[in-house]
Amino acid sequence: MKTFEVFKGPFLLAFLFAVLALLLPSLFSNYYVGLAIQIFIMAIFAMSLDVLVGHTGLPSMGHAAYFGVAAYTTGFLYMAGIKNFWVVIALGMGLGGLTAAFFGLLAIRARGPYFMLITLALSQVLWGIAFKWRSLTRGDDGLPGIGRPQIGIGIDLKPDPHFYYFVFVIFLIVLVALFILVRSPFGYTLRGIRESESRMKALGYPVWLYKYLGFIFAGIFAGISGVLWVYYSGFVNPSNFSVDLSVKALLMLILGGSGSLFGPAIGAGMIVLLENLVSGFTERWSLVLGIVYVTVIMLFSEGIFSGIQRGKS
Amino acid sequence: MAFWIIQTLNGLSFSMMLFLVAAGFTLIFGLMKIINIAHGSFYLLSAYIGLTVLRATENFLLATVASSIAVVLVGMAMQRFFLRRFHMKELQQVLLTFGFVLIIADLCLWVWGGNPVALPKPSLLKGSIWIGSVVFPSYRLFVILVGVVVAVGLWIFQEKTKFGAIVRAGVDDEEMLRGAGINIQMVFTGVFGLGALLAGIGGIIGGPFVGVFPGVDISMLLLALVVVIIGGVGSLRGAFIGSLFVGLIDNFGKALFPELSLFTLFAPMAIVLAIRPTGIFGKIEE
Amino acid sequence: MKALGLQTLSKNFGGLKAIQGISLEIEEGERRAIIGPNGAGKTTLFHLISGFLFPSSGRISLFGREVTTLQAHQRAALGMARTFQVTNLFQKLTVFDNILLGVQAMKWARFCFYRRVRSFREIIHETERLLKEWNLWEKKDTLLKNLSYGEQRQIEVIMALATKPRLLLLDEPTAGLSPAETASVTSIIKGLSREITTLLIEHDMDVAFEIAEKITVLHFGSILAEGSLEQIKGNPKVTEIYLG
Repeated sequence: MKTFEVFKGPFLLAFLFAVLALLLPSLFSNYYVGLAIQIFIMAIFAMSLDVLVGHTGLPSMGHAAYFGVAAYTTGFLYMAGIKNFWVVIALGMGLGGLTAAFFGLLAIRARGPYFMLITLALSQVLWGIAFKWRSLTRGDDGLPGIGRPQIGIGIDLKPDPHFYYFVFVIFLIVLVALFILVRSPFGYTLRGIRESESRMKALGYPVWLYKYLGFIFAGIFAGISGVLWVYYSGFVNPSNFSVDLSVKALLMLILGGSGSLFGPAIGAGMIVLLENLVSGFTERWSLVLGIVYVTVIMLFSEGIFSGIQRGKS
Repeated sequence: MAFWIIQTLNGLSFSMMLFLVAAGFTLIFGLMKIINIAHGSFYLLSAYIGLTVLRATENFLLATVASSIAVVLVGMAMQRFFLRRFHMKELQQVLLTFGFVLIIADLCLWVWGGNPVALPKPSLLKGSIWIGSVVFPSYRLFVILVGVVVAVGLWIFQEKTKFGAIVRAGVDDEEMLRGAGINIQMVFTGVFGLGALLAGIGGIIGGPFVGVFPGVDISMLLLALVVVIIGGVGSLRGAFIGSLFVGLIDNFGKALFPELSLFTLFAPMAIVLAIRPTGIFGKIEE
Repeated sequence: MKALGLQTLSKNFGGLKAIQGISLEIEEGERRAIIGPNGAGKTTLFHLISGFLFPSSGRISLFGREVTTLQAHQRAALGMARTFQVTNLFQKLTVFDNILLGVQAMKWARFCFYRRVRSFREIIHETERLLKEWNLWEKKDTLLKNLSYGEQRQIEVIMALATKPRLLLLDEPTAGLSPAETASVTSIIKGLSREITTLLIEHDMDVAFEIAEKITVLHFGSILAEGSLEQIKGNPKVTEIYLG
């Protein structure tokens, strides 16, 4: 594989993008900085989902589950006075992974639409639990007033530009981690499974185990985005578990290109910008978004969806 | 003692309403493998339309007919003009239905506002009846009756009619239907419409006691998902048993430990998934 | 040692008895062909042997080990490899990646998630060696779906060899191939080392007779006849089921 050749064109683009990203807070107002933070966090979420969808071929419909678990963990820890970022992120990733380990046992035996059904149901039940268990989660009201974490090297993350750079760095770390994962033997195996499970079995690969491990990886990475989101937005609520969030992530993959390195991030950018743009224009932004999503899928599905199985590795 | 009788009857009435929604969902999924996220939206839309008709005419029957027609039209249009193109592409179909959830939910919010409403009961059923030593709202008994009647009707349809046989065969093996020269597209549109109809009737029937409000679409979807997973996909019997189970547990859960009611649903669902992933009455996939 | 042993193997699908009480033994290094008319159960038998189906009754042993309850990938780890009747390769990956997945399959490295595949010199070299040995080097970066049917059938066999199997199951390897391609694949199979026991399903009797030393004839899920080429050619029951 011509790893470096493949990067000549996009590499230049990526470099320009990196420069823009570094200069962003000095060029734009806080509003746009906030948008950029959202985009990077959602990009991490979308990338974690793509491990499952684009690389393994598992269309998970309940990815918000791990985001939400990490989000509530962050909230609870903050209310208990624990604001050390490194502790929280470890727990967020750990619990995201643990939830995935549990849900994976229940879901991975199923295929195709059944798998989608089960993953959707599992995450929806978590949503319901967050909604109803008022004494723990304060239900629909959620946990407000979450401040920024402490990263222990004297930098204050309260100003958005500071938090922005912090999130950008984490985004880069996750990007590199996934880059390595995708090009590792493990990553190759996942793609083989996506292309033909039976072939992989015949070759001697324990396919179930790989799917399960991939599922857990995805949950761990999703946890990162959950933690960051809470610190950005300042509160936790059941919407962190919503089907809305799970489906939006899938839309990001479809729009940006599933199975590719930058695709999920591009998709995240598109959806976040679109949502913010539309909600700025009209109160009926939900209606407009729904129409846009339906239109996009109807018009562009063939070209974009071949991306779901794109071997652009 | 009275407490248990009342709660059981409450639970049963909730179950029957839930059965209507879940049966529609399982039919659609069983035959077309479509996860219709907008299924709860049919409930929502039907309840709101019924509300408007009720306020205008005070005629429950008329409201039922009006909302049913509306919901069937919306459902069939959804399938015919949008979902049909993506046959066997489950991911695209799900995303499309999600788009419709947003559209329908926001339209309803726009037209009817965000305050929770309970549909007025038909005057005939406003009272209560004595059952043994217990007083119970007649309306709730009516709901149980409707549920049982629909269940029986669906059973007859499925087991005894030609269309039902086609649907049963299709759930098992779609290739077989095509081979038999049946216009499968019409079958799909018809079944989707039927599913929407059932959810719509659920909305009208449930309107008076569950109420209608933004978000009920997602709540109904959640319950339907749990029912279908426990009872088994594509099986009406599974939807019935699953609804009984979920409705009763949900109701008792709400009455006894309201905050943890979803745990009491989650545990059985997880157990069923662990032991028998296709649900109690589901079909085993090769 | 017996490479493969089947003991009164049966498989029922509901009311359909696809395989009825088959007992079979294949010696190490042997070349065996399984022939029979359509529907005789040949591919079903392969699925049972390779672990893609589990028997209703009976036992299977592989190099002396009982494998009846083992899953497909576990049997592969014990030295079994198979091809599929309908080409089953990774269509959207390159030829290189296809072979690489075969080479990587039996190595511990396959679980590594923090190093690039490129850094595993042994795997890369082995993949390159196979590509060169089978004249695929020119096409190594071509997507598999862009190869011709014949080329894909060939890779189907090479992929199975990449795992260095001791028992190779070939399911109609020449299906749909032109005479030239058939000859090419036949000579590949004949040229295989005797360290690989070869079990072949074939529809083309000429190919079967050319490759195999012993033939098993299947009919309606049971063994109709078994023996050397001469014995089978001369067996009237065999000619009958093909012509009658």
